[in-house]
Amino acid sequence: MQLLKVNDLTIKFGGLTAVSDFALNLSDHDLVGLIGPNGAGKTTIFNMLTGVYAPTSGTIEFNGEFIQGIKPYDITKKRIARTFQNIRLFKDLTVLDNVKISFNYNVKYNLFHSILRLPKFIREEAEIEKKALEILKVFNLDGKRDELACNLPYGEQRRLEIARALAAEPKLLLLDEPAAGMNPQETHELMGLINWVRDEFKIAILLIEHDMKLVMGVCERIIVVDYGKVIAQGSPDEIKNNPKVIEAYLGEEVTDA
Amino acid sequence: MKKEFRNTIILLVIGVILFLILSFLMDTEILNRYYGRIVILICINVILAVSLNLIIGITGQLTLGHAGFMSIGAYAAAMATIQLNVTFPVALLLGGVAAGLIGYLIGLPTLSLKGDYLAITTLGFGEIIRVVITNIDQLGGGRGLSGIPPKTTFAWVFFIMVFTILIIYNIARSSQGRAMMSVREDEIAAEAMGINTTKYKIMAFVIGSFFAGIAGGLFSHYLMYIKPEQFGFLKSVDLVTYVVMGGMGSLTGSVLSTGILTILPEFLRFMNDYRMIIYPIALIVIMRFRPQGLMGTKELSMKIFDKFSKGSDEDAAFKGK
Repeated sequence: MQLLKVNDLTIKFGGLTAVSDFALNLSDHDLVGLIGPNGAGKTTIFNMLTGVYAPTSGTIEFNGEFIQGIKPYDITKKRIARTFQNIRLFKDLTVLDNVKISFNYNVKYNLFHSILRLPKFIREEAEIEKKALEILKVFNLDGKRDELACNLPYGEQRRLEIARALAAEPKLLLLDEPAAGMNPQETHELMGLINWVRDEFKIAILLIEHDMKLVMGVCERIIVVDYGKVIAQGSPDEIKNNPKVIEAYLGEEVTDA
Repeated sequence: MKKEFRNTIILLVIGVILFLILSFLMDTEILNRYYGRIVILICINVILAVSLNLIIGITGQLTLGHAGFMSIGAYAAAMATIQLNVTFPVALLLGGVAAGLIGYLIGLPTLSLKGDYLAITTLGFGEIIRVVITNIDQLGGGRGLSGIPPKTTFAWVFFIMVFTILIIYNIARSSQGRAMMSVREDEIAAEAMGINTTKYKIMAFVIGSFFAGIAGGLFSHYLMYIKPEQFGFLKSVDLVTYVVMGGMGSLTGSVLSTGILTILPEFLRFMNDYRMIIYPIALIVIMRFRPQGLMGTKELSMKIFDKFSKGSDEDAAFKGK
């Protein structure tokens, strides 16, 4: 089923057109990679999809609703979650609290329930705690629930960020360079994790990545952008052999692989 | 979740015991009127510091206008008693609501600013409030407002303080509190996780202002005479000092540091003029060796009680074997 439909998405910063006429179709269970040289506009596309920037023109249709230009926190409620290129955890909060924050937008109790510790508060908090622990367990982080996020090793911070995004119960997960700063071993584990997350949580994943081994290894479809325009899209094999892509950016690395 | 109630009950029990001891000491004049006055001022300052901690420590929004909200509460409550003849709790509530309302109006445009910009804007608003009050003749203007009936007793101050701590503690440990902390930690990530950051900043700001207003009402009905200078910039800075010194986000830290820093200048009185040298030196020393504040982000009592109860659980298990 059609999940995300992006049409003619364009954003201009003053005289600079950062992204022009970007189009993208995602189905329920897709795993798509977005690649391109530095400054091509990949993260800008993510920022438009998640409401950080409002596009100058174009439409984003998600799950049958137009969502372009609405606030980031409302986008989350429409079931899109993301991670960041440079990890953005809530550093001085515990691992458990990091995940619990994702449940905030679903909380039904209000301030008075909190102040008076009414049964509704207690019931919902117990539920949140249970769900948060389940997700931590999936990511093998439940043993570190009370540690501060900033004290986790790098790889676990990346995992926690994905866990936190999944706790918001997204239908589409956007991963911005999930393998940045990882060694080959960690990247390999991450590839397994991404595949597994998609199957286990039954969601679509769109990821930006510079690590070609990862992109070629997990993505079913790849979109290449350069100077804010889509220059190619197709299966990993098609992309590898596309002369335009090779010219723009990939070069020998892919022909080797 | 049983823990939640246990902590609340423990806090209340400690509060009642402390209250009984202190009021016994005051009644029997072991603590004379001078010390009694310091105790009451500490309680009022604790309400202010704890409510400010919600804004600065928990939500991470540096505001320098807290004394302004205190003055709104002080004047509103005083006028309510003098002009409208309402009962004391109603007057206090009116003071709190007035401060909260102004807090909302000021928070709406300013809270989209960050860090030092917010600090400077709130500083400006605090001064505006002071200047406006100075120029309203009905409020006594620069001469101050006198003839406020003395209605603040130790019991009022003490129990309002206990309930303020309890309420803010409960807010901090709820979904709303977590959302406020996420704003402090990383606004962009918070928004991406579905947190309406502006809403929670304003929520913290209004709640903080509300309690500052109540503290103001207690203050005016204790001193019976208030004037705008009492709520100037320096008062706001004092309050920020209490919060920073106690540890951002630690309510018990705020209580502790407010107590220490309110007593210290009085305690140093025997040193006459040197007093004002010793006090800042003490501040510098604490900040040099404990930049995270006395308590950091931790809470005092709760950890200790957890340890105690863990200990007793283990004892029980041991005996069971």
